[in-house]
Amino acid sequence: MDISKRIVLHFPPHVTGQPVVYRLVKDFNLNFNILKASVSPGEEGLLIMELGGTQKNYDKGIQYLASVGVKIQSLSQDVVRDEARCTHCGACVAICPSGAFSLEAKTRKVLFDHNKCVICGLCVKACPPRAMRLYF
Amino acid sequence: MLKTIVEINEKIKKGKAVVVTAEEVIDIAREKGLHKAAEEIDVVTTGTFSPMCSSGAFLNFGHSQPRIKLGGGKAYLNDVPVYTGLAAADVFLGANALPDDDPRNKFHPGEFNYGGGHVIEELVAGKDIRLVATAYGTDCYPRRKLESWINLKDINDAILFNVRNAYQNYEVAVNSSDRMLYTYMGVLKPNLGNAHYSTSGQLSPLLNDPYYKSIGVGTKVFIGGGIGYVAWHGTQHNPNVPRGENGVPREGAGSLSLIGDLKQMKPEWLVGTSMFGYGCTLSTGIGIPIPVLSEEILRYTTVTDDEIFAPIIEFSETYPQRKPGILGEISYAELKSGHIKVQGKDVPTASLSSYPKAIEIAGILKDWIERGEFLLTEPVAHLPGIESDITFKPLEERLITE
Ligand code: SF4
Ligand code: SF4
Repeated sequence: MDISKRIVLHFPPHVTGQPVVYRLVKDFNLNFNILKASVSPGEEGLLIMELGGTQKNYDKGIQYLASVGVKIQSLSQDVVRDEARCTHCGACVAICPSGAFSLEAKTRKVLFDHNKCVICGLCVKACPPRAMRLYF
Repeated sequence: MLKTIVEINEKIKKGKAVVVTAEEVIDIAREKGLHKAAEEIDVVTTGTFSPMCSSGAFLNFGHSQPRIKLGGGKAYLNDVPVYTGLAAADVFLGANALPDDDPRNKFHPGEFNYGGGHVIEELVAGKDIRLVATAYGTDCYPRRKLESWINLKDINDAILFNVRNAYQNYEVAVNSSDRMLYTYMGVLKPNLGNAHYSTSGQLSPLLNDPYYKSIGVGTKVFIGGGIGYVAWHGTQHNPNVPRGENGVPREGAGSLSLIGDLKQMKPEWLVGTSMFGYGCTLSTGIGIPIPVLSEEILRYTTVTDDEIFAPIIEFSETYPQRKPGILGEISYAELKSGHIKVQGKDVPTASLSSYPKAIEIAGILKDWIERGEFLLTEPVAHLPGIESDITFKPLEERLITE
């Protein structure tokens, strides 16, 4: 049975230089579609992708990722902002890998573009008043 | 031209005072010239909204029957420990306090979902809070255990006391290591991935009064949505730092101790805050009026973001190891553009201090004064200025050998 899942991979610095995704394809016969990548060699990185294949190969692929030190998180369903709680501080703006936050020039309010959000979850804990909420 | 606070208050009472925000004053002075603007404007309002870690509240619950002596015992509010080194019914709730069973950074970075700052926010929002206390019992205070709901409206006193806030300028934080850093300046991405700053720049109280000419001990302020006062200079107040030609410090300098009645405050202006991997704190809204007593005082309030500079500090090595050196200086105008250059690299910027909230606070304070609801006070003492011999001391450790 074939499955396909959207996952978030967190790479520690020593793994970012390795051809991890290539191995997923070659060794485990999986197919992938990268939704968002924020990786450069020698740095902590983030990769959001859809990964698919047979259940057996998929499980093996995930096992392989864990064995090389990649942290795996499944992509949740939705991220929304609790408008009443957002103080428009800006702590989320520069850390979002997909540029979902922007500043409104005149008011300096932080705008959240739900359509650009790839639901990686990074901003949820980084938002000081916890205005960003994950829904599964 | 010299005005006095008494004269300005007379105008406020008659509803005739001319009040503008520290943002509005910039264009007015540009248009009319400093002299005319200083004649026309009576008060300039400032504002800032940011995590203010040295915040807390003194609470007096009233005496239980039979009586319990909390002093020297243990007490918790919603599982957050409070300081009980005070008298029988008083405690101090610190914004950074965490429940005993919070995992903290055991699994780094810790989430710090709930702490003292959150209890303060919930108190102010009118929610019931669980008080659990144990004591050793005395002849006059025999009780040893107390569990009760408390509510802000029922307790005798609730006094917000922030021993250091409204910092006059602050550093810009960056990370040049290869790992993510979770700091009090927010999440810092590796390899100069982002830069975080934290003052409201041209709207910030002490950046508009760089030499503390009008703000002093006893100055009445907006704090947390209510009224408070400057109680003292803040801890680490350090006027003797390098300053620009306009007098504005080029790094963290002055600070204020503020006091206010928590019962008047509102949860929009006291927000429990979680700094990922760092801890809990309280984001506090502060607004300070600057009486235009002279042209010089007005001139300081016309400072703009491109004239205020902050040092860029590296947070993987330099800051934690207390090493000297900065990666450069940058103006708030550049910081607010969304991108700065650090060591040749284009770095996205973001703020931890909310500028929209700062604008709102300066606007509310302006409104209060215009409507005659908020009179200004004459400071009873000056804050230590550049003539003082204050130096900012690090802790020089001395080995304890016995
Ligand atoms: S970090 Fe949170 S509170 Fe701050 S602007 Fe972003 S969503 Fe709003
Ligand atoms: S979850 Fe947050 S950080 Fe991640 S893409 Fe969406 S908005 Fe950006």
